[in-house]
Amino acid sequence: MTSTAPSVETVFTARRITKVYHMGEVDVHALRGVDLELYSGEFVVLLGPSGSGKSTLLNILGGLDVPSSGEVFYRDRQLTEFDDAALTRYRRDHVGFVFQFYNLIPSLTARENVGLITEIARNPMKPVEALELVDLGNRLDHFPAQMSGGEQQRVAIARAVAKRPDVLLCDEPTGALDVHTGILVLEAIQKINTELKTTTVVITHNAVIAEMADRVIHLSGGEITGVETNSRKRPASELNW
Amino acid sequence: MLIPPLDRKMFRDLWHMRGLAAAISVVMGCGIALFILSRSMLHSLELTQQTYYDRYNFADVFASIKRAPDELIDRIAKIPGVAIAERRIVVPVNLSVPGLDEPASGRLISVPDVGRPRLNQLYLRRGRWLTPRSDNEVLASEAFVDANQMEVGDTFSAVINGRMKELQIAGVVLSPEYIYEIKPGGIVPDNRHFGIFWMNEEALSLAFDMDGAFNDLSIKLMRGANVEDVIQRVDNLIEPYGGLGAFDRRDQLSHQFIDNEIEQNRNMGLFAPSIFLGVSAFLINVVMSRTINSQREQIAALKAFGYSNLEVGWHYIKSVLLIAAIALAIGIPAGAWFGWLVTGMYARLFHFPVFLFRIYPSVLLAAACVAATAAVLGAIGSVSRAVRLPPAEAMRPEPPAGFGPTILERMGIGHFVPPIALMVVRQLERHPIKTGFSTLAISLAVAVLVIGNFFQDSIDYMMNAQFHWVQRFDLSVAMTDPVSDRAMYELASMPGVMRCEPTRIVSARIRAGARNRRVGIRGIEPDSTLYGLVDMDGRETPLPPHGLLVSKKLADVLNVKVGDWVEMEVLTDKRPKRRVMIAATLKDFVGLSAYMDLEELRRIMLEGQVVNGVNMEVDPAYQDSLYRKLKETPAIATVMVKQHSIDSFNDTIAKNLGVMKRINLIFACIIAAGVVYNSARISLSERSRELATLRVIGFTRQEISSILLGELAIVTLLAIPVGLGLGTFFAWWMCTAFDQELFRFPMVVSNRTYAWASLVVIIASAVSGLLVRRSLDHLDLVAVLKSRE
Ligand SMILES: Nc1ncnc2c1ncn2[C@@H]1O[C@H](COP(=O)(O)OP(=O)(O)O)[C@@H](O)[C@H]1O
Ligand SMILES: [Mg+2]
Repeated sequence: MTSTAPSVETVFTARRITKVYHMGEVDVHALRGVDLELYSGEFVVLLGPSGSGKSTLLNILGGLDVPSSGEVFYRDRQLTEFDDAALTRYRRDHVGFVFQFYNLIPSLTARENVGLITEIARNPMKPVEALELVDLGNRLDHFPAQMSGGEQQRVAIARAVAKRPDVLLCDEPTGALDVHTGILVLEAIQKINTELKTTTVVITHNAVIAEMADRVIHLSGGEITGVETNSRKRPASELNW
Repeated sequence: MLIPPLDRKMFRDLWHMRGLAAAISVVMGCGIALFILSRSMLHSLELTQQTYYDRYNFADVFASIKRAPDELIDRIAKIPGVAIAERRIVVPVNLSVPGLDEPASGRLISVPDVGRPRLNQLYLRRGRWLTPRSDNEVLASEAFVDANQMEVGDTFSAVINGRMKELQIAGVVLSPEYIYEIKPGGIVPDNRHFGIFWMNEEALSLAFDMDGAFNDLSIKLMRGANVEDVIQRVDNLIEPYGGLGAFDRRDQLSHQFIDNEIEQNRNMGLFAPSIFLGVSAFLINVVMSRTINSQREQIAALKAFGYSNLEVGWHYIKSVLLIAAIALAIGIPAGAWFGWLVTGMYARLFHFPVFLFRIYPSVLLAAACVAATAAVLGAIGSVSRAVRLPPAEAMRPEPPAGFGPTILERMGIGHFVPPIALMVVRQLERHPIKTGFSTLAISLAVAVLVIGNFFQDSIDYMMNAQFHWVQRFDLSVAMTDPVSDRAMYELASMPGVMRCEPTRIVSARIRAGARNRRVGIRGIEPDSTLYGLVDMDGRETPLPPHGLLVSKKLADVLNVKVGDWVEMEVLTDKRPKRRVMIAATLKDFVGLSAYMDLEELRRIMLEGQVVNGVNMEVDPAYQDSLYRKLKETPAIATVMVKQHSIDSFNDTIAKNLGVMKRINLIFACIIAAGVVYNSARISLSERSRELATLRVIGFTRQEISSILLGELAIVTLLAIPVGLGLGTFFAWWMCTAFDQELFRFPMVVSNRTYAWASLVVIIASAVSGLLVRRSLDHLDLVAVLKSRE
């Protein structure tokens, strides 16, 4: 599993993490002992069928959720030791999320949705800057309801990157989009990864998308079933499904 | 950006639900207005009373005496604890007022020829003080002057010592002793026919043969003096001179009425605002649960990006605080306006030199706290849910709601009910708590209406009972001194008099253990038909042959029951003291009364066939000539014409009740409309997708609105009986709370009140239902179905 050059910094280290949901009588094992390392600046795709534990894993890395057992390190800090306030702090300072359903605030314009996050960030871009990064410089004052799904998702990306996060975590960012708009969104993500060198994790169950990644981690039934390194990353614009 | 984005979200969200926010703010504003009104009125009354008393030296202890030599006042002044003791002459007089056919009566009070009274000082409103040594000038109470539309310089006549004497009004005054100016034994003020007049002492003492003597005294106590002890010592000193028993402010009529009003403001200040604030807290609760449910994913996103729980919670709390702020903006001016209305009402009853209704900063501060508390209490449940919401959890949509067979289906009649009705019932059953609260909130509107009208019902009933069941006479005269009952036959022989019945009223102190009360004991004939001993339920109680029949309230105050013995000390003449039995009690409305068989009372008084009051039934045709005759009859101190009391009641209390009733109506409509509009809006927003889908698959507007309005109709119909019950309970509770020595409210709620309360709420519901229906008609099907939620 130690593939890339040793000089590269490790951003996440996860050791034997498990997650069990108690649903009344039955226990759902969402993660069954996952070991994992993610490196600075890399583009990782988490690939697996629905229900395989991808979101659970991503949420744990992003400090939205805590594992039932095991340890997670963000650089040299142990996330699994963090209390709620420390996790909030961690999310605020380091993590950018992109969700399948955008989760924009409908009562705020594109600019304000981004501004919501730059407000509380330490070293943010200007909201306009972030929106230009995703080619939405001309949609600044539109409300979510006045934009297409792809545009909304790009606002969400702008929102996630505006604070210059150390990691960008995207949970099925194209899940609700058609191919064409999906590719526009992926281009935006790829652009962030290459230009800002932001460590990026993208969840998908679409194998085509995996071709964009430095590394592809296969997840199935709550376990990592394989990791592959792409020799050549394909630009998002070349993808089709 | 000047306004942080999260605050923009708050303002826009609020603007989006402005109808709801406005409805809640208005309901809460009513609560705030009532709170400000009653609290400020309480302070204003207390302060006005206090400053008036202090500035004009209102006495602490009072006593009447038959006739005491002037030297006695010096001995009274030496009693430990007495700061000032002042003597005066107080006499009842019959009046003949120009423009008034009926007899009027009044009270003449002496003021020093030189200087001013030291206690119970007068406030000169218009005119001038008396010319020294003048014997035909008076200072007249403002209430009397105004009621008779008289002016400074006008004259009227009084029967002084058997002779008509013309008196001229030199000045119009107010006295801290007569803020509430009422004839002794009356229940409502009748300022046209009863007035207070101040006259030079020398003239008065000559006319009433009081030279070198006095018959009334007022005492100002030193700080920390023992009132009971002073009263005891005064009684001992005045007893040999026919002292009537000293009493303190608690037994002073005007003071009692103001204290009573202060007490009512205190009670209402807690009760009425609570209803409105409770309802608004409930509405906030409904709206916030709904808002937070629909914003689960937004909350999750905020948290995912590092907004802390506190920041998320504060965001929502801020939005309800904003609603509270709007409520204050509505409630403060409304409270000031009500204050102005009530000040006008008070002006009809209470005669202060100035009555300043002020809204106190401390009250505003308290109001702001109360509003904020109500808002936060309403929101706290759902906000803490938002705070606790784990962000990972919130990413997943809420599981679909579980629906089960409804009560209709369980009863086996599901098949016979149209599917729309089933949807309605399922919806209501699925949210039993919400349905329950909506029902409760609307029922509070019903209850507010019931209470508002209950006061009217109760007072109507009380007045009807008082004026028709108890006082069956047309006219009642009181003699200056007890006279032989032959005088009664003289009255009976006057033209137009159809029936006369004697009464003997003595002032007495009744003691039971450590407790005692001053009351008038009314001796009546057992077979009297012009005075009814009727209780609150209209039941007649026979006069017991022996012992006392007392107000139930008096028995309670003295902590005695039927069969117990009490000590009765008559406060006049030979001051006989007897132990008498409480033979029966009477649940009456007004004051503390005691009745006794006329013959027995005369035996106790060791007197013959004497009377000092006569109740008369009169032929209306002879009314005027009879009035004139009575005016000229020297032995008669006062004439009470029942019709005047009724008119005066209609002129004062009834008018005030009318104002109260209108305020109440506005309030109840606001609650009803607020609640109904609120629940309709919420169901509409919760179910717009479902309703839009139904429209798309072919249901008509009519059909889908019947789903929504059907819910409202059911909730309203459920709320009405609950509200009527609740209102009745509140009415009962108020009867208990206002069970005072001065008044007891009979627990009477008329069917009209019930019908009226139901009707108003149905109309308010219908109107707000229609408002919501209009937005249902404009439901944008495409937009609704496109939005994810
Ligand atoms: N909050 C939860 N409660 C119960 N079960 C859950 C919860 N979250 C996830 N699961 C279960 O855990 C498993 C993994 O879920 P998830 O990580 O969302 O999968 P993926 O994102 O790969 O589709 C699934 O079986 C899912 O049903
Ligand atoms: Mg998932």
